[in-house]
Amino acid sequence: MLYQLQHYWWLVVTLLGAFLVFLMFVQGGQSLIFGIVKNDTEKSLVINALGHKWELTFTTLVTFGGAMFASFPLYYSTSFGGAYWLWMAILFLFVIQAVSFEYRKKAGNILGAKTYETFLFLNGSLGTILLGVAVGTFFSGGSFTMDKMSITSLESPVISQWTNGWHGLDAIVVPFNLLMGIVVYLAARTLGLLYVIKQIEMETLVQKAKTQIKVTGTAFVITFVALLIHLFTMTGYSVSPETGIINPVKYKYFFNMTELVWPSIMLICGVLLVLYGLSTTYFSKGKHSFFLTGGGVILAVWSILICAAFNNTAFFVSTINIQQSLTLYNSSSSEFTLKVMAYASLFIPFVLAYVAYVWKSLTKTKMSESELNQPDSHKY
Amino acid sequence: MLLASLLGLSRLQFALTAMFHWLFVPLTIGLGFIIAIMETYYVRTGNEFWKRTTKFWMKIFAINFAIGVATGIILEFQFGTNWSNYSWFVGDIFGAPLAIEGIFAFFLESTFFAIMFFGWEKVSKKAHLLSTWLVAIGTILSALWILVANAWMQFPTGMEFNPDTARNEMTDFWAVALSPVAINKFIHTVTNCFVIAAVVVIGISSWYLFKKREDEFSRKSIRIASVFGMVSLVILIWSGDGSAVHVAKKQPMKLAAMEGLYQSTEGTPIVAFAILNPKKKISDMEVDSLAYSLQKPFLVNISIPQGLSLLVDRKMNSFVPGIEDIINGGYKYTDQYGNQQIALPVKERMRRGKLAVNALAAYQMAKEAGDEQSKEYALRTLRENYRHFGYGFIEKPSDIVPNVPLTFYAFHIMVILGGFFLLLFGLAIFLDRKGMLTRFKWFHLMAIISIPLVYICTQAGWIVAEVGRQPWTIQDLLTTNASLSGVSSSAVLTTTIMFFVLFSVLLAAELTIMFKVIKKGPAAQ
Repeated sequence: MLYQLQHYWWLVVTLLGAFLVFLMFVQGGQSLIFGIVKNDTEKSLVINALGHKWELTFTTLVTFGGAMFASFPLYYSTSFGGAYWLWMAILFLFVIQAVSFEYRKKAGNILGAKTYETFLFLNGSLGTILLGVAVGTFFSGGSFTMDKMSITSLESPVISQWTNGWHGLDAIVVPFNLLMGIVVYLAARTLGLLYVIKQIEMETLVQKAKTQIKVTGTAFVITFVALLIHLFTMTGYSVSPETGIINPVKYKYFFNMTELVWPSIMLICGVLLVLYGLSTTYFSKGKHSFFLTGGGVILAVWSILICAAFNNTAFFVSTINIQQSLTLYNSSSSEFTLKVMAYASLFIPFVLAYVAYVWKSLTKTKMSESELNQPDSHKY
Repeated sequence: MLLASLLGLSRLQFALTAMFHWLFVPLTIGLGFIIAIMETYYVRTGNEFWKRTTKFWMKIFAINFAIGVATGIILEFQFGTNWSNYSWFVGDIFGAPLAIEGIFAFFLESTFFAIMFFGWEKVSKKAHLLSTWLVAIGTILSALWILVANAWMQFPTGMEFNPDTARNEMTDFWAVALSPVAINKFIHTVTNCFVIAAVVVIGISSWYLFKKREDEFSRKSIRIASVFGMVSLVILIWSGDGSAVHVAKKQPMKLAAMEGLYQSTEGTPIVAFAILNPKKKISDMEVDSLAYSLQKPFLVNISIPQGLSLLVDRKMNSFVPGIEDIINGGYKYTDQYGNQQIALPVKERMRRGKLAVNALAAYQMAKEAGDEQSKEYALRTLRENYRHFGYGFIEKPSDIVPNVPLTFYAFHIMVILGGFFLLLFGLAIFLDRKGMLTRFKWFHLMAIISIPLVYICTQAGWIVAEVGRQPWTIQDLLTTNASLSGVSSSAVLTTTIMFFVLFSVLLAAELTIMFKVIKKGPAAQ
């Protein structure tokens, strides 16, 4: 039972992660500020259109963190406490986002609209890249040691230790992580552009977005393919569920895809959906492009994250001592806790349903200048 | 110096973030309900006045909500970044409420928040009203789960230590979720939020009345807020009493610090007003100890005889242990199962704690060596002494004493201010009944001053709860010292400074935005 629950929770947590990447279209949209989004009207339109959604993304990030904490607490303690600076940087970049929508246009905001716009831009660009870098460590690992019995050493009871002083900044220069960061950024930006095209009523801006999407979308696809090649030729680490002993396996992630089959089907469907979604924008009106591409991104990201841990794979490798790497088996919560939360997770479809309902009722009409000019409305 | 150490800085950073978070969150929790009540009036009467009033308070709500969200995520991350040992040692229990909070509460808040603010023209009146209520309920639910997590730290229950994984594991979810401490804490904290929002509404409205503007808006806002506040405050005081009973049973040291009680007697008095003697200290050196114990605890002291016994035991002559009593042990008490026990001296608990910690190490060694007999023996020793586990990390008995002046003064400031708000709400209700709300400038001033006071009151409450329980992250089982991450103190110092600068700027921005919105007034909506 524990075995199934550990896998179930990895599915749930990675699904949240996949949804998070999709919902980061908000960040992608923010990265357009100072780019194609220039004058004040354009900024207001884009920021207000994104402003109706930013909290959903933020909540997904917070819930992703909470679910990770609850289901795989050893990952939470090892990665957060070890890759300290990486997570702190991500944290700062998201904290500055949370206030910027509400405060940007308010009288008395002290810092001025431009500063809050810069906050949004930084969150949308650097924030997504660093989050991608953190995701990359699921495959590339980190330089930590982990020994649960350290708690019995009264002088230094710390269980997980990062072994170099960079505390996570070292993860940024790992090529795979950086590539992952760029892919996540480009995915977010692509989806951000598609959201602008779908949701904003301003012909000049939409035209600019349509020109821009051809560059960004294509760059996203190319870097994504490069990431897959890198991933499938990497050495991964396999764990024996009985003994817990960990061994390197060449092309581990490729084998995970082929041995499990269904993630590879998900990945192929995801890629096809992305390509189809983008092509509808490239060559025609692309009315459904946002959801098609977004759905594809969810499927592709989910399948890749599943392969990080399924098929007996260590999902956070210690590059110092591979036997201390984290796996689904040594890092999860107890069977009881996972079961309790599994009951709680049955509520998720209900959450998805009301989120979808609210999404629909708020996006019935496009964001237009006239909506912004209504004297009575709450504006960002 | 504590502040220069990793422990001191990590605690400072957590306190800074939590207290800053707690400047904004309680107002949104309380205001959510006041807004929902006002919008209900609007939907029922169709009177545009109520819509305008609702929208004005919503604006205040939104300004606070954003910054509450921003600081909330820092707290969540900090458990991992700064308290990573803690995250593993109790993550099995502590993580679950956080995840449930995300699934059940945060999505509810953030999703319907969008309708509340952007849906006026896009959904029906009733759907909008429902959304406003759902946001209010969402804020309450998130408070519930985070307080369940906090209560568990103060009163760990429903779990068992697993020697194979070297952590505590949940065995009874409902014991955690419905623990009496959690329920009491939830009621106490949420009614506290209601009181804060009520005071803020009355204060802002009184400012308008003071300036002779927004007459109808202000009177009607005060009418709703004063009744809402009074009902909440009565429940708040009642739950505060319950909270004292729990603290007496589960965290006697915290209660002793709250009362500045060093050496107790049967029929323990309660302090009404006192000034602590700064020379009174606890020392681990026997020579000093004698000199300190001769020092009187108070310079000035007005007490109610037998008050504390009556408060926490409902008996005139019961014995409520003081700080020195707890350190020396030897007094009789009733444990949570209703059995009479004799308190162990802290030195003995430290010995047993080290025994438990060493038994865990021995268990692991025996397991690796395949020595079943030693494993069995180690496990038995561990189980017998586990309730002292955290004492294994205590270096000297005085380490289990929290900061007495901070806890003592915070507690008394909180109580005195609680009484003051009783007066405020009472006056507001009375003046409203008599139709004299606009008449007395002194009342307006009193209400305006109450706004900073209510924040001092709630922060004092946080200090009592969290400083008063030091040195424990998990009462008796894990010390703050053993909860830390393996990061350098300079790293934590750097991030603390960054947070401090960020928070200062955000607070300044938040306040000036609020002042401008208030100055413009509801007529400008």
